[in-house]
Amino acid sequence: MAVLGVLALVGLLVYGLVSKGSSRIGVGEPAPSTPLPRLEGGGDASLSQYKGRWVLVNFWASWCIPCRQEAPALEEFQRHHPASEFTVLGIDTRDLTDDGREFVDRYGLSYPQLRDGNGGAAHDFGTTGVPENFLVDPSGKVRWVLAGPVDEQYLTEQVEPFLPQGKS
Amino acid sequence: MNGAVSRTAGCLAVVAALLALAPGAAAAQRASLTEIEKQVMCPVCGTLLQLAESPQAQREKAFIRGLIAQGRSEAQIKDALVAEYGEEVLALPQGSGFSLSAYLVPIVAFIVAAVALALGVLRWRRAGGGGDGPTTAAGPKGDDAERLDADLARYDL
Repeated sequence: MAVLGVLALVGLLVYGLVSKGSSRIGVGEPAPSTPLPRLEGGGDASLSQYKGRWVLVNFWASWCIPCRQEAPALEEFQRHHPASEFTVLGIDTRDLTDDGREFVDRYGLSYPQLRDGNGGAAHDFGTTGVPENFLVDPSGKVRWVLAGPVDEQYLTEQVEPFLPQGKS
Repeated sequence: MNGAVSRTAGCLAVVAALLALAPGAAAAQRASLTEIEKQVMCPVCGTLLQLAESPQAQREKAFIRGLIAQGRSEAQIKDALVAEYGEEVLALPQGSGFSLSAYLVPIVAFIVAAVALALGVLRWRRAGGGGDGPTTAAGPKGDDAERLDADLARYDL
């Protein structure tokens, strides 16, 4: 009985350590697709709904200054690519809902936005902060990762070549 | 007659005392940022909100101030924070559902350890460990005993 008790305690400690830690999703790994509430409009959505398209998953928060700087570049990049082939998918993480909505309005972001209030999705992707960007291919695998903000030049040079038009 | 008057006066005194305490009680229930900061986390920093100064923490504090200004109670504000950031925002787990295990596991572990220790001591005592007093070592026998006696006799003890 005592042995069982000790084993149970050790098990709990190990579980605690394993569940706390996370490592960034690497290139070639399947991207997590846990459903999240939409930032606006109600209901849930998940990355799996965009299968068949290239998706640039962008973790951001309204209180993050680099996120403010990259938002216009992401919107511009989205406008230059048909939504049937590519979409930016914003994930507002550890942020207040109203602040997130105000951010979307302020920068006129037209691409879909999900809410990750408790940071669960950010944890699943293994992010260490915001912004972080993950390019996911049509099969749902991560093809490119950037821990930090993107700008127009970076998107053109690093992301564009993956996309259908970029390859043609 | 005098008894009735004194009873009435007593009742009035009690009512007056309760009325005097009422504003104090209402004030005590009013939520304060200082108190809430001690009970919730800054999810980005992983520390108590009280100790956090990050941009996210500043927004969280502003959110709490806004709810206080709306007259929300401490419990309502904590509920609103949970709705925004999830249960992880609470510094202490809630005493219900799976979170209850945070309180129960240490108690159960202590009881299991105490029972195991008691059973161990009982088993040890039944096995004779320490229960029969000190054991006497067997002395030398036969030739060894004679040689020992002879050796001891040579010493003038």
